Amino acid sequence: MEYLYFIQQLINGITLGSIYGLIAIGYTMVFGIIGMVNFSHGDIFMVSAFIALIVFLVVTTWLGIASVFIAVLLMLIISMALAGLWNWAIEKVAYRPLRGSFRLAPLISAIGVSLILSNFVQVAQGPRNKPVPPLFNDTIQLATWDGFTAVLAYKQIAIVLITAILLAGFWYIVQKTPLGRAQRACEQDRKMAALLGIDVDRTISATFVMGAALAAVAGTMYVMYYGVISYQDGFIPGIKAFTAAVLGGIGSLPGAVLGGLLIGLIETFFSGYFSLAYKDVAAFSILVVVLIFMPQGILGRPEVEKV
Amino acid sequence: MASSEVLRVEHLTVRFGGLTAVDDLNFSAMHGDITGLIGPNGAGKTTVFNCITGFYKPTTGLLSMTHPSGRQFYLDRMADFKVASTAHVARTFQNIRLFSGMTALENLLVAQHNVLMRASGMSVWGVLGFPVYKHAEKRAAEKAAEWLDKIGLYDRADDPAGELPYGAQRRLEIARAMCTDPVILCLDEPAAGLNPKESAELNTLLRGIRDETKTSILLIEHDMSVVMQICDHVVVLEYGQKISDGTPAEVKADPRVIAAYLGVDDSEIESVASLIEEAIPGVKKS
Amino acid sequence: MAERRNIVLGAAAVAIVSLGMFGPLIGLKTEQNMANELVLLFRPWHMLAAIFGAVAIYVIVTSLKAANEGRVRAVAVKTEKSRFQKWLAPGGLGALFLYPLFIALFVGVSGIPKWVDNFGILILIYVMLGWGLNIVVGLAGLLDLGYVAFYAIGSYSYALLSLHFGWSFWICLPVAGILAALWGVILGFPVLRLRGDYLAIVTLAFGEIIYLIAKNWKNFTGGGAGISAPRITFFGIKFDASENGFAAWVSWVMTSISETFGGPAITLAHAPWYRTVFLYYIIVLLALLTAYVTLRLRRLPVGRAWEALREDEIACRSLGLNTTNTKLTAFACGAMFGGLAGAFFGARQGFVDPEGFKFIESAIILAIVVLGGMGSLIGVAMAAVAMQGGTEILRELGFLKQVFGDDFQPELYRMLIFGGAMVIIMLWKPRGFVSVRQPTAFLNERKAIGLENVKEGHG
Repeated sequence: MEYLYFIQQLINGITLGSIYGLIAIGYTMVFGIIGMVNFSHGDIFMVSAFIALIVFLVVTTWLGIASVFIAVLLMLIISMALAGLWNWAIEKVAYRPLRGSFRLAPLISAIGVSLILSNFVQVAQGPRNKPVPPLFNDTIQLATWDGFTAVLAYKQIAIVLITAILLAGFWYIVQKTPLGRAQRACEQDRKMAALLGIDVDRTISATFVMGAALAAVAGTMYVMYYGVISYQDGFIPGIKAFTAAVLGGIGSLPGAVLGGLLIGLIETFFSGYFSLAYKDVAAFSILVVVLIFMPQGILGRPEVEKV
Repeated sequence: MASSEVLRVEHLTVRFGGLTAVDDLNFSAMHGDITGLIGPNGAGKTTVFNCITGFYKPTTGLLSMTHPSGRQFYLDRMADFKVASTAHVARTFQNIRLFSGMTALENLLVAQHNVLMRASGMSVWGVLGFPVYKHAEKRAAEKAAEWLDKIGLYDRADDPAGELPYGAQRRLEIARAMCTDPVILCLDEPAAGLNPKESAELNTLLRGIRDETKTSILLIEHDMSVVMQICDHVVVLEYGQKISDGTPAEVKADPRVIAAYLGVDDSEIESVASLIEEAIPGVKKS
Repeated sequence: MAERRNIVLGAAAVAIVSLGMFGPLIGLKTEQNMANELVLLFRPWHMLAAIFGAVAIYVIVTSLKAANEGRVRAVAVKTEKSRFQKWLAPGGLGALFLYPLFIALFVGVSGIPKWVDNFGILILIYVMLGWGLNIVVGLAGLLDLGYVAFYAIGSYSYALLSLHFGWSFWICLPVAGILAALWGVILGFPVLRLRGDYLAIVTLAFGEIIYLIAKNWKNFTGGGAGISAPRITFFGIKFDASENGFAAWVSWVMTSISETFGGPAITLAHAPWYRTVFLYYIIVLLALLTAYVTLRLRRLPVGRAWEALREDEIACRSLGLNTTNTKLTAFACGAMFGGLAGAFFGARQGFVDPEGFKFIESAIILAIVVLGGMGSLIGVAMAAVAMQGGTEILRELGFLKQVFGDDFQPELYRMLIFGGAMVIIMLWKPRGFVSVRQPTAFLNERKAIGLENVKEGHG
């Protein structure tokens, strides 16, 4: 019983952590490349979840496609594309003109965008929670003992698998392609990269699009997993994903995923063993403690003070 | 001139990871002297400075300072701001660090922070508008004005420091350090980027500081004309180690110093070239 | 000609992009039907309107830009203050004190709840919070994203102290300020050695932790349901219709005075707006206290140290400034004013619940400070009036229902427009409304410093 419960929490924590990790990558990449805390990223996640929900409804109720596989595939592709488009447009309108300006200007602009996105969705889609009909609820019963059954849902497997596949693809882009090289170069020294002929604007745009696409994967998973979404659901996952990015070491991609998994696990274990109400307090306390004692995060590079 | 030691550096070693920036350095500076610290780029001069001013903690070694009053301080054990506030070591920076959005006058008032803070009764008397603080502030402003006059910036007292020309910023940074009433003034390449005229003015200013305020000066400099003209005593570093120590004339004549600045000796060129040829076949000496 | 072609092409691109952006989110609305199932509602006209709007904005902005191109802006150098600037502060103060009278005269007593309470008091709370945060962000350059925590601590201090100890507002007010300052120090001590955006994130986390605790610790804070806080009294005299109430007391005083001179008895009937006006003057005084202390501190060594810290922390340490203490004082001062505002807020509401202390409030206050121009009191006040008052006016746009139909709720658009204004103002004036800094001391003449030289700090 005890250990079954533990395993169940572990499964749930990894699922949740995958979602956080996917969002965290967007934060960590944008921070790495332009040193900006992209406050609206959590809301991009929420917008993408709404797009996925709408695609799901179009596919199932209008087109009458019954295959879950096709439905999920369409949800993923369309919400990744459209969330990328959103973030591309936002970066172009609200952040690019402020690049090289004062440090707080893009931050305030991003907070403004965050307000715009959540309230836009509230106006466009209504303020109520949107329940989604369950997608595929089949589960594998792992073991039963003393009345408690540890369950592994197919959608949990799907979430972790899709996360892993997309991360691998993404890792390939960053490590092996010219675009990834340009991104890493901009991260090191934007001015020098521009002097060497890298189109910095386009590289940064691409970073925003990639971040949004990964957030859209998370958004689709979120809709599938929880089966409900509302216009307010961007903020808390966004903050937690940011916590994950910082915990893993901001600027580090494996760090973001690791941080996401840790935050997911901490949250589920804390709510499983201690208190559901204070699970967010636990997550934020971890953030504070990590930043105070290990400001560079788990996989980040330590910062040396230059005199 | 004075003869007592104001600063003694003993067995100073600083390591950053695997890199030894300063290696078992020993030297001392006399009270009232201008002591020059020279050496090629990367010799560890600024690291020594950062240890003396408390910004870096040495890996091993002792930094002791003796005030003219006889009070002793161990700089390696003090927090950086305490080095400035109680041991009275002031410094300037290689890349100027003025408060660029504040006026020249405000820069000099910030330097007198600890004195003014006491006068304002930790701000309590100040907020209530007691005259104690007003007098203190007036004295501080007078002192600042005096220094501004000395560095020729009286007329620009109310301009933001960031708008002053480069040479003026260098001088203002020195004046700001002097407003803390230092016993040792550490200058990190004060003549960098100055034209010959400004450089000559700087020499006059530094000599004036030494002679009028009896402040001991520690100086990192690449400009040999400055070093040779104003230093009383020069310490030469290379790769973190001291290679020479003495009066400017002595140091100038030291073959090791010449070797450090010019690379290897002429007589050795033949042997080095043949070594290269041995290592990489096909490379012909030109 | 080529320009016009570019605009047409650009507009086409904008149309396509906005079709992608707004197509699903506006064109397809998710709604629940009677069986509680989610269904889609196709709204082509809404979608087209949104796309048309995006294209129109694009065309207008691009043409304006094209028209402005090549026009050289004259750089005005002014050392003398204009007459407007000279009279701004005293004029503003006068207007502030006469405002309720003005409303009573021109709108009538019935307008007081709306114009004095919703506009006057609410905006002044934000002015005060903006000025308090300005000490931390604008002067000391420490980015605090959890400022609302201290506002919450002030509010709960007032509610809990008066609940458990029966203390009056006037005792609770300074205690709430001190408690908030104390929390500022407690929270500040471990985090102030962090640099850069990390400080911002830790303060954000603290803000959220305080909010979550307020929401979940039901035995102590009342949880989401909140706790009641006693309404404000006129130095112990309640604003009610009873015999010991404010109206009766004023009648008694007036009558006594009048009778001494042989006049008739004067009676004052009870009205609820007495309390509103009293609250208005309290917040005016609290806000002015904040401004006064800030102005005073700026001219003291501690204030100069804050600004020096914003400019260059390492240089500060080289001059013997204890930067930790300097940061802590800034944090504590800012927190104290936040706490005072919080206690006032509790007394105004007569009720404290966690919903007023969400992250969004911190973001709004920070936005007010940055939009106003960091460090400038006038700028921050202007930003508070513009942002808070401006969006409050949206609540008044009921007549738009006649244009857009009864389903149209203008207040829904309030935060949307607030967010839009934040972005637009940042694009237009990245350093805020007032982009000069007044020096704290001068030798020959006082010259304002352009903010292009002033740093923003890195904490």
